[in-house]
Amino acid sequence: MRARNYFVGAAFALLAGGMAHSAVAQDIKIGEINSYSLLPAFTEPYRKGWQLAVEEINAAGGINGKKLVVISKDDGGKPADAQTAANELVSSEGVAMLAGTFLSNIGLAVSDFANQKKVFFLAAEPLTDAITWSKGNKYTFRLRPSNYMQAAMLVEAASKLPAKRWATIAPNYEYGQSAVAVFKKLMSEKRPDIQWVDEQWPPQGKIDAGPVVQAVAAANPEAILNVTFGADLVKLVREGNTRGLFKGREVVSFLTGEPEYLDPLKDETPEGWIVTGYPWYSIKTPEHDAFLKAYQAKYNDYPRLGSIVGYQTIKSAAAILAKAGSTDPEKLIAAAEGLSMGSPFGEITFRKIDHQSTLGAFVGKTVLKDGKGVMVDSSYKKGADYLPSDAEVAKLRPKD
Amino acid sequence: MAFYVVQFLTGLASAASLFLVASGLSIIFGVTRIVNFAHGAFYMIGAYIAFTLTERLSGAFGFWGSIVLAALAVALIGVIVEMVLLRRIYHAPELFQLLATFGLTLMVEDLVVLIWGPDDLVGRRAPGFKGAIDFFGQNIPSYDLFLIVLGPVVLGILWLLFQRTRWGVLVRAATQDRDMVAALGVNQKWLFTSVFAVGVFLAALGGALQIPRDAVHHAMDLRIIVEVFVVVVIGGLGSIVGAFVAAVLVSELNAFGILIFPKISIILVFLVMAVVLIVRPWGLFGKPEAAARKTPGLTVNPWRPLTSNERLASLAALVIAATLPLFAGNYALTVGSEIAIFVIFAVSLHFLMSVGGLASFGHAAYFGLGAYGIAFLAKMAGLPMIVCLLLGPLLGCLGAAVFGFFAVQLSGVYFAMLTLAFAQIVWSIAFQWVSVTGGDNGILGLWPSSWAASPSHFYWLALGVAALVTVALRAMVFSPFGYALRATRDSLLRSEAIGIDAKRIQWTAFVIAGTTAGIGGALFAYLKGSVFPDNLGISLSVDALVMVLLGGVETVSGAVIGAIVYKALNIWLVSQTDLSKLVLGGFIMLIVVVFPKGIVGMLEMLAQRRRKSSPPGSPLLAKPIESAE
Repeated sequence: MRARNYFVGAAFALLAGGMAHSAVAQDIKIGEINSYSLLPAFTEPYRKGWQLAVEEINAAGGINGKKLVVISKDDGGKPADAQTAANELVSSEGVAMLAGTFLSNIGLAVSDFANQKKVFFLAAEPLTDAITWSKGNKYTFRLRPSNYMQAAMLVEAASKLPAKRWATIAPNYEYGQSAVAVFKKLMSEKRPDIQWVDEQWPPQGKIDAGPVVQAVAAANPEAILNVTFGADLVKLVREGNTRGLFKGREVVSFLTGEPEYLDPLKDETPEGWIVTGYPWYSIKTPEHDAFLKAYQAKYNDYPRLGSIVGYQTIKSAAAILAKAGSTDPEKLIAAAEGLSMGSPFGEITFRKIDHQSTLGAFVGKTVLKDGKGVMVDSSYKKGADYLPSDAEVAKLRPKD
Repeated sequence: MAFYVVQFLTGLASAASLFLVASGLSIIFGVTRIVNFAHGAFYMIGAYIAFTLTERLSGAFGFWGSIVLAALAVALIGVIVEMVLLRRIYHAPELFQLLATFGLTLMVEDLVVLIWGPDDLVGRRAPGFKGAIDFFGQNIPSYDLFLIVLGPVVLGILWLLFQRTRWGVLVRAATQDRDMVAALGVNQKWLFTSVFAVGVFLAALGGALQIPRDAVHHAMDLRIIVEVFVVVVIGGLGSIVGAFVAAVLVSELNAFGILIFPKISIILVFLVMAVVLIVRPWGLFGKPEAAARKTPGLTVNPWRPLTSNERLASLAALVIAATLPLFAGNYALTVGSEIAIFVIFAVSLHFLMSVGGLASFGHAAYFGLGAYGIAFLAKMAGLPMIVCLLLGPLLGCLGAAVFGFFAVQLSGVYFAMLTLAFAQIVWSIAFQWVSVTGGDNGILGLWPSSWAASPSHFYWLALGVAALVTVALRAMVFSPFGYALRATRDSLLRSEAIGIDAKRIQWTAFVIAGTTAGIGGALFAYLKGSVFPDNLGISLSVDALVMVLLGGVETVSGAVIGAIVYKALNIWLVSQTDLSKLVLGGFIMLIVVVFPKGIVGMLEMLAQRRRKSSPPGSPLLAKPIESAE
């Protein structure tokens, strides 16, 4: 009865192997991985963003005359599946580099794979500091401003608030834990007079918002740091509004100004929160105007932050490939280190010291306008200004 | 003081939402014995439909009408599912219905994104319940008060329904002894359909009522389904009052627990369930399950070792598999290794499930422990790969020895849920103990030594271990120990009467299965080069169950084929399409309907029929066994 089974396996393996060699040899291929089925709210605009970038690059003549092809895979939100996909892209599709990923643990898994297999990897979205610092490696670069950078941007605004009693609410996993840890550390350095009176750690995606809101209110803080996002944020905001948690209290919140998370709140958007985000409606720079116009023309929809990340990931990858003039990973690394390029947010540079890009973020305040939440008084914070000194970074990062 | 009162009331409101969904699940399980994995999916569809309706219909009447309408619509979907899908498989082996509802859940998750789009949807607030009521300076949302009242009202209605109507009497009778109800001439078909409809109605109502306080999104089902199962089991299966008490207990412990340990929510329900089941093996209000009237010949086909021809064929298949590196590329080889590892994992669970009759819902714990064993040995002790591979699975063995001791004191679904609780406890330790396990960022850099590093070498290693493990477990099935284990499965009383120490035999089987899973996990750690808490998670445990059921739970080694088909298809679909869940779910449901005994079980039956149609053989012997189900 065990007879036929290995045939099935072999047949599938052959099928998978056979499809490998169909692409034209002249193309330059980038392997892209993201959590499309698990996090469609973020990854759909993200996909639109990188598709736009591919179209623009090829319309302008490709990479040194070669056509750019992006092969995209879903990881289903599982690190192990992301590695299977990475392996397929590298071994069977023969991609020049890997790019993408959203969740921190998946970013780390692919980064470790890249290090082992000596493949260039451009992490798009994972925010964990570990990917460029404590677990950084020479093959991995990261586009988005890290946890540390976003915390530093928020601390700059938060430390000016008079509030002395602070409470924190964060999802109970690495992202939430490290966001709170960095925020607390930087905040206490600037304001030694601050007291941390309560912390709540609801499980990611499973917040029981009522009791959490009550517990925070009972500690009677003057200000609250929030790190929850997505459906958890919706529940927290609704309970907080009804129970009056935010009344008379300052709130500082990670990511809440991103359209992905702000727009679903509609008329329940809390006012006056200090947030990081992406106010696409109020950015008036030529670079962003060009991006916005092209995006809206193609999709008849407004961009989310994911669109920017997807767009810039592929644009950066193309710039690196063009400068290297080769798909050799060592040459790609040499090309990427210190490379500067334009982006919808202005010029960015991939730092040589830790492979972090200097892409920044917008910090502003939420208000309710015409029944929707928007960010006002927002200003762009350059990523380069919110990173620790080179000496500190060198200590954080293992030697290659 | 006012704060504690308000916190208590908040807990009650959470309990009410949980109870609505849990009561439906409890009723369905009590009567039909279906482990309805799709209950969360019905909850989610209820919320989505209610969202659409409340956006269209305005006013108080429109809102509340929409809620009820949505629940009715989903109940109708439930009826269709029951009649088209589940009715065909009530006579399939135990837990097979789990596979069908799992397939349905996968499909629904992709379908809601296709229909309603990827964004989180935030619905209207309930008319008349928008604000909060001041209670000595603390605010209580009026909608919470509404839910607090609604919970007991639903409980009361259900109580009346069960105590005061003929239908309720039949439901209670069927919960206690459904064979007897059938023997007394009750039309079981319609009883089951109506019970399923009521259960689904309650789930959808629970979902629809979340609209004013939650966001509607495509992962709502998974968020609630496990918790609801836990509540049902703590309360005692089939007991509505139990479900209510358990919901209150869990919600209040959470509401007050976070004041002292803010990180407790992640594990609380499982801790409570583990404690309750160890102290009260049938939950708070449950009764011991009536001994099933199973005929000892559970398997239609009495098990037998392979004939020498079949042995040769298996060997030939193994040899062919071993030639894969001659013509396949690195990717195919890595996929091959992954499939071989999942064969190990699936056969280990299969051994426990079909030979021991013990269905574990938390088998990934031992797989993951094996993987973490490797990580600790390689990263902290710096041991070479071969030593790690030999010692790493011992962590799985140790875990199985400790948890298995408690788990085998229970049986049936209670056993399954206790294993789930243990797995979740292990998972949360791996998740929370950041300084040792790295938390959810895992442990990286566990790559194999140079002798096993090339994909072909690793493939041969994985294939060889998989073949060894499969052969060893088969040999065990036909050893005296295997016969003793099968005896405890088929009749606990009779096996004890002839002097078999059932608990000890089952415990041993649990440890064997756990250690074997640990071997799979150890190889997996080296294949992926990293270990994450995912390796211990629920979704991996469910994968293992699906593989075993797909292969055929009544076969000796069906899990081998189940693992190959499921894993190969899964990897292939994920690589080819973003709608992999939709296709995979559809495929599973098709298999369930076409092969109600699993793939291998069905092949065996066909082979047997062919043998029967040729003159020799003994039709007399075959018939009574076949109709004995």
